[in-house]
Amino acid sequence: MSLAGFEVEVQRDGDEGLTTEEMTLNMGPQHPSTHGVLRFIVKADGEVMRTAIPDIGYLHRSIEKIAEKVGYHGFMPYTDRVDYVSAMQCNQGWAMVCEKIAGIEVPRRGEFCRVIASELGRIASHLLSVGTMVMDIGGYTPFLHALREREKVNNLLEELCGARLTFNYMRIGGVAWDLPAGFAEKVTAFLDQFEPLIDEYNDLISYNKIYVERLANVGVVSVQDAIDYNLVGPNLRGSGFKYDVRRDEPYSVYGELEFDVPVGTGEMGTLGDCFDRYMVRIKEMRESCKIVRQCLRMMPPGPVLAKVPRKLKPPVGDAYIRVEGSRGDMGWYVVSDGSEFPYRTKIRTGSFAAMSIIDKVSRGLMIADLVALIASFDVVAPEVDR
Amino acid sequence: MQAFVDRLITDGWFSGIPVELVYVLVMFLFGAIVVFAFVMPLVPLTVWLERRVWSRIQSRVGPNRVGPQGVLQGIADGIKNLLKEDIIPDAADRPLFAFAPYLVVWGFVATFVVIPFSSALIIADLNVGILYLTAVTALVVVGVLMAGWASNNKWSLIGGIRSAAQIVSYEIPAGLAILPPVLLAGTLSMQGIIHAQGWAPWDWFLFYNPFTFVSAVVFYVAALAEGNRTPFDLPEAESELVAGFATEYSGMRFALFFLAEWGNLYVIGAVVATLFLGGWQVPVWTDNVVLLNLSQFVVFFLKAYFWAFVAMWIRATLPRVRVDQLMSLCWKYLVPIGFTNLIGTAVWMVIWPQGNRVVQFGMCLLALAILVQFFRRVRFHLRRAKPELYYSPAI
Repeated sequence: MSLAGFEVEVQRDGDEGLTTEEMTLNMGPQHPSTHGVLRFIVKADGEVMRTAIPDIGYLHRSIEKIAEKVGYHGFMPYTDRVDYVSAMQCNQGWAMVCEKIAGIEVPRRGEFCRVIASELGRIASHLLSVGTMVMDIGGYTPFLHALREREKVNNLLEELCGARLTFNYMRIGGVAWDLPAGFAEKVTAFLDQFEPLIDEYNDLISYNKIYVERLANVGVVSVQDAIDYNLVGPNLRGSGFKYDVRRDEPYSVYGELEFDVPVGTGEMGTLGDCFDRYMVRIKEMRESCKIVRQCLRMMPPGPVLAKVPRKLKPPVGDAYIRVEGSRGDMGWYVVSDGSEFPYRTKIRTGSFAAMSIIDKVSRGLMIADLVALIASFDVVAPEVDR
Repeated sequence: MQAFVDRLITDGWFSGIPVELVYVLVMFLFGAIVVFAFVMPLVPLTVWLERRVWSRIQSRVGPNRVGPQGVLQGIADGIKNLLKEDIIPDAADRPLFAFAPYLVVWGFVATFVVIPFSSALIIADLNVGILYLTAVTALVVVGVLMAGWASNNKWSLIGGIRSAAQIVSYEIPAGLAILPPVLLAGTLSMQGIIHAQGWAPWDWFLFYNPFTFVSAVVFYVAALAEGNRTPFDLPEAESELVAGFATEYSGMRFALFFLAEWGNLYVIGAVVATLFLGGWQVPVWTDNVVLLNLSQFVVFFLKAYFWAFVAMWIRATLPRVRVDQLMSLCWKYLVPIGFTNLIGTAVWMVIWPQGNRVVQFGMCLLALAILVQFFRRVRFHLRRAKPELYYSPAI
């Protein structure tokens, strides 16, 4: 019996004729806990998995090809959909790569607006990530508390740019609109009441014994494996490797800001287990709050958008930049042939690499652990398939 | 109940009909009355309360549209389920698929025969009451396994097998935890156990000795696990198996599974109230039998429902325990603790045959102190609640 080319092993037990088969399960594209449309073909011996092979492509929308049709300016709304959970950083990535290839400089106030928007988006994305992770483990309440806070961030961003999910806020050369009046006070008020809530969240669920037992020592990724499989972002930092694009290859105004890069410490189990990745995200939310506060203090007055021609025709060549998205280092590559449409766009996302390591890490885990593992890698389907 | 029926017979109500037939018919009638007058309204109430309590803990509002404050939500859900299309998968085993929900509901409804609502209101005061209850709840295992297998769906099968393993395993600590009160009362009959306690907290079995206190906790945890409630709801783990063994069910068949689950909450509470909290005991405050029985009924209902309430808090707060951790909790922790309680209670009975009043009062005071501290913390949090974060905390 074979399923799309995967053979099932049938073991015969002695000569009594007792046969055991591995059970092939389909954790299908529609499933309450795969984050988006992901499919796993799981071969399990009872509860223990032997392999979990991902089958991707259910959310492929040819975004990279569409860039060749809509042009540099027109592609900005599409970048929101590359990772719709934290769309600001994708906007920033596309804007930066176009600026690099066309040689445009962004005004300083625009850069600060970008960083504020990106970091608020990072807070929102991490809230969703830890919330859904907890919900997959079974705690329904912390999920809603996290989403309550995410709604507040969405309200702020709605005031900023009019949208709650697919922002389309940044433009090539800066941002679309300046901060509205009173925005700084509202953001500060939000941060003031949000930071103690992170502690409340930790009290509720992070150190709960049942939760820790579910996550500690599950899905351990060693540092060498993380580097070999190209993991980035909180997945890489959860294994103890301190690499953050904002710190190591600073872009925008990150070089002037002071913030820590949290890494996993193996505090509840092994270094690099699901709990470490979870804790890295919680700590990163605090760091983002710090960054937003600094930006609000340091923002100079001035324009927010540089003058960019409507038909942008960059010189022939290519450019590659990295941004630190919520899911890690996002690489944006564009090849220009001198016309107003890019010749080729390529987006490199962290979730794609995370999908590749799931098979290796999930050997020997239980089916319930697979759910925790996918959630801890913070895989979102749109990033995997684009 | 039997005394009542005997009086009716001697009064000449059923002349000409053999006595056994009268018993059978009247018992069926009482059972039907209890089920339709008590259990059926109870389940929608529990549904509404659970969703409401759950929402409040999650800083949401909860159902508040259907009826005043949404109390008719459960009835609306029932009507919706009745109107849904009854889908049976093509390759499913039709007879087993159709029959499985009924087994689960039988396992739940049959327990109401021995639930002592008040000193005179019990359908049948079997002299093996509590043993009968434990035995009949095991019917649920057969129903769940049938549902998982007959659905012809690997995920349902996994859910069904997990559930069967869980319920069967947790029967052991539940049974062990029932034994200390039985030892103390000297009888398995539910009314007998209640009569052995008093109305005052220091006369309850809960505070009789530390071993019975731990027994109560063990029983509650084991009963939650038997009822597939979080933190032990892996068989119906929404995020893993959609609805576990009930994935392929729709409409009223699906609703029957969950009717059994929510009603079971009340049964768990009723058993805890009977065994450990003195059941329906109230101080004799009136000569009027009807009023006395009514007050006993209310007291019992409140005591039993409180534990359902606590189960809802637990469900909203705690995440799920993985299946191997669940098994190790049962066999490596609860069973040894259950045995320790049993032996401890037996030794206690030998040393202090009439009970140790000092310990009883001491434990009561300790429990009172914990309760006072609990209410103080609740008041602290309610005061600190900001209006834009939390809605007004009345239910």
